[in-house]
Amino acid sequence: MRFLFRTSHAKDFELFQHGGQVFWYGLLAAALLAAPLFLDPFYLGELSQVFIYAIAGVGLMLLVGYTGMVSLGHAAFLAIGAYAHARFMTYGVPFVPSMIGASLFTGVIACIVGLPVLRMTGVYLAVATLALAEIVEQILTHWESATGGFRGMRVPEPELFGLLLDAPTPFYFICLFVLTLCMFGALNVLRTPTGRSLVAVRDSETSAVSMGISLVRAKTTAFTLSGMFAGLAGALFAHRIGHLAPDAFTLLTSIQLLLMVVVGGLGSMHGVIFGAIFIGLLPQAIALGRDVVPQGIGALPGLEPAIFGAILIAFLIFEPDGIYGRWVKIRRYFEEFPLYRKDTFKRQRRFLHTERLR
Amino acid sequence: MSLLDVADIDLSFGGVRAIHGVSFDVGEGEVFSIIGPNGAGKTSIFNAISRFYDVDAGRITFCGEDITDVRPHRVAEFGIARTFQNSELFEHESVLQNLRIARDVHQTSNPLSDLLFLPSVRRRELESRDVIEQVIDLLDLQAYRYQPINNLPFGVRKMVEIARGLCLQPRLLLLDEPSSGLNPEETEDLVYWIEDINQDLGIAILMVEHDMRLVSQVSNRVLAMNEGEVLVIGGYDEVRRHPQVLDAYLGAQHG
Repeated sequence: MRFLFRTSHAKDFELFQHGGQVFWYGLLAAALLAAPLFLDPFYLGELSQVFIYAIAGVGLMLLVGYTGMVSLGHAAFLAIGAYAHARFMTYGVPFVPSMIGASLFTGVIACIVGLPVLRMTGVYLAVATLALAEIVEQILTHWESATGGFRGMRVPEPELFGLLLDAPTPFYFICLFVLTLCMFGALNVLRTPTGRSLVAVRDSETSAVSMGISLVRAKTTAFTLSGMFAGLAGALFAHRIGHLAPDAFTLLTSIQLLLMVVVGGLGSMHGVIFGAIFIGLLPQAIALGRDVVPQGIGALPGLEPAIFGAILIAFLIFEPDGIYGRWVKIRRYFEEFPLYRKDTFKRQRRFLHTERLR
Repeated sequence: MSLLDVADIDLSFGGVRAIHGVSFDVGEGEVFSIIGPNGAGKTSIFNAISRFYDVDAGRITFCGEDITDVRPHRVAEFGIARTFQNSELFEHESVLQNLRIARDVHQTSNPLSDLLFLPSVRRRELESRDVIEQVIDLLDLQAYRYQPINNLPFGVRKMVEIARGLCLQPRLLLLDEPSSGLNPEETEDLVYWIEDINQDLGIAILMVEHDMRLVSQVSNRVLAMNEGEVLVIGGYDEVRRHPQVLDAYLGAQHG
């Protein structure tokens, strides 16, 4: 078991708390940087997809896991980012400014949409975001001059310093780089007043207000940040699929994104990565599984959404803390072995404080 | 000049008159208690001062500024901190994080500089930590810094809530039944904390409380109320002997 010796106040907000973390994250970074040497381009592509999911997941985690607001329509922001990026690039904006522009554009849209929507809470908010996703999907289909309608639009190839970046390896590195930046950004937000105001709103709105936090401001910030991350992910996603069409951003995408943060573990940034790996690789696993199981089951058309749904339900019932939560428990078990108490993480029933003043 | 001046406030919910024509004032550095039977409107007064409720009539003035219509989250900026009857902490977070959230009212936070964790953000974090440590020392919470609120016993939670209020560096602290849920020993400790907070930090305290021993030990003045109206304001002994107060608590035939 490790004991942390805190010798300065600054130590409390350092991103790496001890040498062990530096070592393991360093090892992970080295492995990811070396991955193109030993991985097949196909798997590099899959990993890039996982990173893209994770970028969107970082934003969604800030919203769902840290602010406690559920969005069932996150595919809308992914779509807005993707289309904006493709549009900017078609107009000849270089790759990097276009990506930043797409992210900011999505953020602005999220902010505008957020101001009225965020006055709702709980299930009403979920329904409102669902409606938003539907509206965006309709716009993508029918605003043909801007989006190409059903035919969709081609995404220009990414180019940086005159180099084409469409090959799997450079694209992999771009995704990895952007994800790393997003991760650090999100972790920075979480250790500063902005992030704390989100957490405060999640845990007790009443208290948050009495501590001087403006609910509207905190929620809008969360929504905007979330939109910006999703927009960034959308821009990369556009390159990943190469040709944008409305059917890439359906309700199923939104549900997958939500599934990612729930399965990964709400309220932790580790959870984003676990969740992204999970939903990034699950379709592959299902595809492989189709060949193994008997013909009748393997050929069922709705198999994928059904399995996604079943897994979400299973996690909600058996492990609401997600994969990361389970990992923490397992680690704790070994750290405290043989003194681990079975009820260490037992959940207590609690009343929802914030509803009381309404 | 008084610190907080509540003048003739009315508050009703539909047909229920929660507060009617209540006036009182809390002086600089005073400990002022509000007592009364259940449903008398004590917590409603608190919620009116914190601006969770809009009063129907009357004015609330703090430090000469009218706060009757300010938005609820701005009350903290004026220098009013409060605790809640059943402790409203940020339960998934550590004690330290709870106290940090309280400090943030003094930081002009800007999402962009936070995103980049600029040196100025870092410096402010360290500065606010110094204040937090002073509060932790004052209330003896050293052992709990990194504990999530979920794991703490109720008595400690109450203290953390007071600590969180103090981290705002308020001029007035509203305590809503600070002793509810505490054992007698903890309640006795509370007397000393309240005295420390009041005398060492010079913070005025407005308190709703049922424990008469606590009230008698710390209060400069006591307001007794019943059914939304003020019965009497005065020293503890005066209030305790007042016939209407006895009526309210013991019924008309107490004699």
